[in-house]
Amino acid sequence: MIATIQAWFQQLYETTGFNFTIFYDPYDWDRYVAGLRMTLFLGISTILMSLVIGAVGALLQSGPSRVLRALVNGFVVVFRNTPPLVQIFFFYFGLGTLLPDIRAADGLRVPILDNVQWAIIALSLFAGAFNVEIFRSGIEAVPRTTIEAAEALGYTRFKAYRHVVLPLALRVCLPALNNNLINLLKTTTLAYAIAVPETLYAVKQIWSESQNVLEMMLVLLATYAVLVGVLVWIMHRWERALRIPGYGR
Amino acid sequence: MSVPDRSGTGDVRTGALPVLLPFVRPQARAARLRPVHLWLLAGLALVSLPAWAQGGAAAPSPLAVVIKWAPLLLTGFAFNVAISLMAMAIGTGAGIGLGLAMLAEGRVLPRLAWCVTQVFRNVPWLVLLFFVMFLVPFQITVFGVRVPLPDWVKATFGFSLPVMANVAEIVRGAVRSVPNTQWEAAESLAFTRRQTMWRIILPQCAKRMLPPWMNVYALIAMATVQASIVGVTEMLTLTAQVHAAEGGRSELFAPLYGFALLCFFLYCYPIDRFTAALERRFETR
Repeated sequence: MIATIQAWFQQLYETTGFNFTIFYDPYDWDRYVAGLRMTLFLGISTILMSLVIGAVGALLQSGPSRVLRALVNGFVVVFRNTPPLVQIFFFYFGLGTLLPDIRAADGLRVPILDNVQWAIIALSLFAGAFNVEIFRSGIEAVPRTTIEAAEALGYTRFKAYRHVVLPLALRVCLPALNNNLINLLKTTTLAYAIAVPETLYAVKQIWSESQNVLEMMLVLLATYAVLVGVLVWIMHRWERALRIPGYGR
Repeated sequence: MSVPDRSGTGDVRTGALPVLLPFVRPQARAARLRPVHLWLLAGLALVSLPAWAQGGAAAPSPLAVVIKWAPLLLTGFAFNVAISLMAMAIGTGAGIGLGLAMLAEGRVLPRLAWCVTQVFRNVPWLVLLFFVMFLVPFQITVFGVRVPLPDWVKATFGFSLPVMANVAEIVRGAVRSVPNTQWEAAESLAFTRRQTMWRIILPQCAKRMLPPWMNVYALIAMATVQASIVGVTEMLTLTAQVHAAEGGRSELFAPLYGFALLCFFLYCYPIDRFTAALERRFETR
C-alpha cells in the first residue's frame, strides 16, 4: 500500500515534474509529520491553557477585589491591542534572557524555558485575553432573575455559579469562543519566528532542500485547511450537543 | 413519529419552552483603561525606571538607547501603518466584489466565491504571506514594460488576501441581515436586482459593516509585523538591527520590543475603543 503510493508520487515527479517529496521520501515525510505533531501539540496545549486563563480572568473580573479587577482589565486591553508576534519576541528574547540559566547534566548552560515553552506561554496569554472577554460577556448575559431564582431554591453562591450560571454562560459564548480558538490555531504559525519546529518550519526546511516550493505550499495550504476544518467540525458538534431547545437563538 | 407534547404549553421542537425564554443579550462592556491603570503604571515605572536609567560607564542605559533610536523605529512603524492602509484599501475593494459574487444569482459563481473566501479565511496569515512572497515573481512584464515588484509590494498584496476574504464575509453577513421585506418592497416598486442591491440594500449595510470592518483593520495593522519574517524591512526588522547595533546586549531586548508593543498599543487601542463606541451607537437605534 505505502509502496504503491510512493511509487505513484515518484512516477508523478518523473512524468509531470510535480515533486511531492514528502510522499515518497521517508526522511522528508518524517520531518513533515514531526512538524504536524508539533503544531497539534502547540494547538492543544495553548487552547487548554487559554481556556484556563480565560475562566480565571473572568472569575477575577467579576470578583470583589478592585486591584485584581484592574489588573485583569489591563492585561486584557494590552494583549488584545498588540501584535502577537511582538508579544512572542518580547517574551522569548526580552523576558527569556532576563531569567537565570540552569546547568544541564552535560555542563552546558540552558535557559529555564525553551522556545517551545515560551511560544506556548505567549500564545496562551494572547488568546486567553480574548477568552476573558468572551467568558465575561457570557456570564453577564445570564439574566439576574435566573440567579435570583437559583438563590430562592437554596443554592449557595458558588453552587449557583457552578450549576446554573456557568452552563448557561458557556452556551451563550460558544460561537465567539469557536472563532477565537480557530484563530489561535492559525496563530500558532507565528512560533515559526522563534524557530519552533512546527508545520510551517518543517515545510520551509523541506522546500529549501528539495526545491519544490509550489508543491510544498499546496501541501501546507491543504494541511491548515484540514486542521482548521477538523477543529470547526468538533466545535460545531459540541455546540449542537450542548444546545438547550428554546434557549438563546 | 413525532414526540408527543406532554406539557401542552408549547412545541418542544420549535423551542418554545415556557421555562427558559429567549433572552435579549445585554450590552457587554468591553475592557478598557481606567484611571487606576495610570496608578499601576506609575508604580511600575517608579520601580523599574531607576534600574533602566542607570547604565555602566561604558554601556548606555536601555532608556537612553530607546530614546536615541526612537526616530528610526518610528519610521519603521509608519511603514507598517502604510502597508496596513494599502492592504486594507486593496482588500476592501476585492472583498466587496467577492462578497457580492457570493450573493449573486446563479450556481457556479456563488459556490466559487464561497470556496475562495473559505480558503483565504481559514489559512493562517503567515502561510498566505509565504505563499505570495515565494510564488509571485520579483518582476512582471506588462506589454513589454518590466515592472519590478519589491518585497513590500508583495507583502502588501499578501496581507490584502485575508482582508479580502474577511471583508467578503462581512458584506455577505450584512446583506443577509437586511430584512427580506426590503427586497420584496423594492421588487414591488419595479427595481431591478442590481438597483435594489446598490441603491437600497448596500446603503443600509454600510452602518452595520463599519465596526467589523474596523476590527479587521486593527487585526491587519497588528499583522503587518509578520512581514519581518519574510524579510521586509519594517519595525521589527529595524528593532532587531538596532539591537545588534547596540552590541547585542541581552538586557536591551525587553525595552526595545517593549517600545514596539507600546507603539502598536497606542495605535490600536483608540481604534478598538472607537469600534466599540460605534457598535454601541448603532445597536441602540
